[in-house]
Amino acid sequence: MTQTAESNAHYKLTHLKALEAEAIHIMREVAAQFEKPALMFSGGKDSIVMVHLAKKAFRPAKFPFPLLHIDTGHNFPEALDFRDKLVSDLGERLIVHKVQDLIDKGIASEDPGPYPSRNRAQIPTLLDAIETYRFDALFGGARRDEEKARAKERIFSFRDDFGQWDPKNQRPELWNLYNGRHQMGENIRVFPISNWTEMDVWQYIMLENIEIPALYFSHERDVVTRMGQLVPVGDAPFGAREGEEPVRRTVRFRTVGDMSCTAATDSPAATLEDIVAEVAAARASERGARMDDKTNEAAMEDRKKEGYF
Amino acid sequence: MSAETTQSDLSTSTNANQGMEFSTDAYLDMDLLRFLTCGSVDDGKSTLIGRLLYDSKSIFEDQLEAAESASLSRGDERMNLALLTDGLRAEREQGITIDVAYRYFATPKRKFIIADCPGHVQYTRNMVTGASTANLALILIDARHGVIEQSRRHSFITSLLRIPHLVVCVNKMDLVDWSQETYEKIRTDFEEFAARFEINDITFIPMSALTGDNVVNRSDKMDWYQGPSLLHHLENVHIAGDRDMIDPRFPVQWVIRPQSDEHHDYRGYGGQVASGVFQKGDEIVALPSGMTSKIKSIDIGGSEIGFASPPQSVSIQLEDDIDISRGDMICRPNNQPNSGQNIDAMVVWMADQPMVVGKKYTIRHTSNEARCVVKDLRYRMDIETLHRIEDATDLKLNEIGRVSFRMTKPLFFDPYRQCRATGSFIIVDEQTNNTVGAAMIIGETSS
Repeated sequence: MTQTAESNAHYKLTHLKALEAEAIHIMREVAAQFEKPALMFSGGKDSIVMVHLAKKAFRPAKFPFPLLHIDTGHNFPEALDFRDKLVSDLGERLIVHKVQDLIDKGIASEDPGPYPSRNRAQIPTLLDAIETYRFDALFGGARRDEEKARAKERIFSFRDDFGQWDPKNQRPELWNLYNGRHQMGENIRVFPISNWTEMDVWQYIMLENIEIPALYFSHERDVVTRMGQLVPVGDAPFGAREGEEPVRRTVRFRTVGDMSCTAATDSPAATLEDIVAEVAAARASERGARMDDKTNEAAMEDRKKEGYF
Repeated sequence: MSAETTQSDLSTSTNANQGMEFSTDAYLDMDLLRFLTCGSVDDGKSTLIGRLLYDSKSIFEDQLEAAESASLSRGDERMNLALLTDGLRAEREQGITIDVAYRYFATPKRKFIIADCPGHVQYTRNMVTGASTANLALILIDARHGVIEQSRRHSFITSLLRIPHLVVCVNKMDLVDWSQETYEKIRTDFEEFAARFEINDITFIPMSALTGDNVVNRSDKMDWYQGPSLLHHLENVHIAGDRDMIDPRFPVQWVIRPQSDEHHDYRGYGGQVASGVFQKGDEIVALPSGMTSKIKSIDIGGSEIGFASPPQSVSIQLEDDIDISRGDMICRPNNQPNSGQNIDAMVVWMADQPMVVGKKYTIRHTSNEARCVVKDLRYRMDIETLHRIEDATDLKLNEIGRVSFRMTKPLFFDPYRQCRATGSFIIVDEQTNNTVGAAMIIGETSS
């Protein structure tokens, strides 16, 4: 039997299908190698894609892990509604661990300043969830194209019992062989869509017809311009500050994080096709709309070393 | 000449995507090429990657601005493109690349994943890591210096890891007056020593990453070169033939058994096709049990598909209820892998603690885990001279050698040269749990 180029072309896999296959393989590997995994679910598009991939990996059975939401209390109301609907349609278990509870207990604290972000307070909350539920592996939807510290992180990212990442001491990761061995108390963060770009995620959402929150599509919203960015204005504590005048504009969100640190962009993109075309032409990165990454050059690396995703 | 370049240098180059009409359908038909770049800062590697990313619009303005302001605050006179690629604080501070960084770009034809690896000998393990998943390797040669020891080492690793395609970028041609003679000399030198390796497809491209000649666009300064530009080659190199579609191998990863009335008959074997093609109705044999059955259906997430080929992740249901669990392998009765407990492999050692003959380790091979003992170090390879050192007693960090193992149970394997997925395993230290070695199977140990 001879192997011809033509017969192989028949089996050609598009890049999206190749990325999907890789992610499914990673998810099953975690299910097999760990006792208590969980899937981090924020309600953002990347975690929605992760849920979709988990369906591909495990259906018609249930997921061998719950979803975990680290709730900062700074959510867009639309994102919370979407989360609850998705979970009920899915029939899977959702665990919500609230930053506010940890602040009340004195374990986490608000950043100083009049308008604190709860980005940093997520870290002790996440570590508390890991300890409470004894999770040994957590899926995250982070991608290597988002940020340069992430570009260096393994798919199985080993964390010590303080949740810390040691970038200089990462396990070699070869072929599709993942080493999840760990001591009691240690855990692994797993990033099945590490190799996806923002464009891949949008294309995949379009290809698979995945439902996402309306926040991602063009809509009218009151915003103020703060530090050169369009900041959404909501109920307290996210109202306009002194001297700011809210303006109604046609915007959408490229990324959905906390209301306190996610900026909108002017956009008429009302369909997935529009969004894909907009991403193709975009000249600013997605995390450019995340004020939390702008603190300093190594903001992400430093947060990861403390236990952040 | 440093690897730095100015933003205006980049901006003047013709944009790869200029005039490109965005088409959704075209994007959905793209395939994926994973390639490796190896080299150190001086080779112009960062400049080359910077140019590929910039010319394919994969660097965003805010990322450029961040690199620009970081360059200024470091006191660099021009924008240092390496700051775009060096992600860790220690790397930026020391001006070196320590670990593999993954970069992404796409053209209308293909999506590319670059495993950007440090080139120095003390980072051999990082290069091997990046090489393990690559379809193609880019080796940079400085036209002024020709083939040096580092080029040899990189070519050896490319051949050891069986990367099917190699592109030799003869860079900095602007500094040798675009000389055909210089290029041809390098090409001849390279071919001479590469004849010792099994690399099937080698392409040579003379270029200047700094000026952009032959990177994205054909150069007008080297009329004597008739070949494609680097990007054109990357977009068109034929990779569909790299995968084995003949020998069906399906390592079972996870058994899918819904605990519901609706699906109580469903029993699916989840896994990623390692090689070959599986179709509904195929007769199969499960290893190690040797039980046979037929494929009842193949699905992804409950939706049936006609056939499965590598690297698809699917779920396979069989006609008969036979006992199969994680670590088993499904293949065809008339086409089975080797089975054996005494195995020889080329090993790249990756830990500070040397490999010790007589010590026990855990290994991970496909979806299987086993224990092994290192029986013998047959020889160590001097990766500078490629000589075999027969009286070596241990393998230290970044060293490569041929090792005989005794496994606690038989492995179902193919030689690495035939199948990367069933021919590779990793070695795990049982005390530290670290991945300490990468192994490429040669075959059963010959006495």
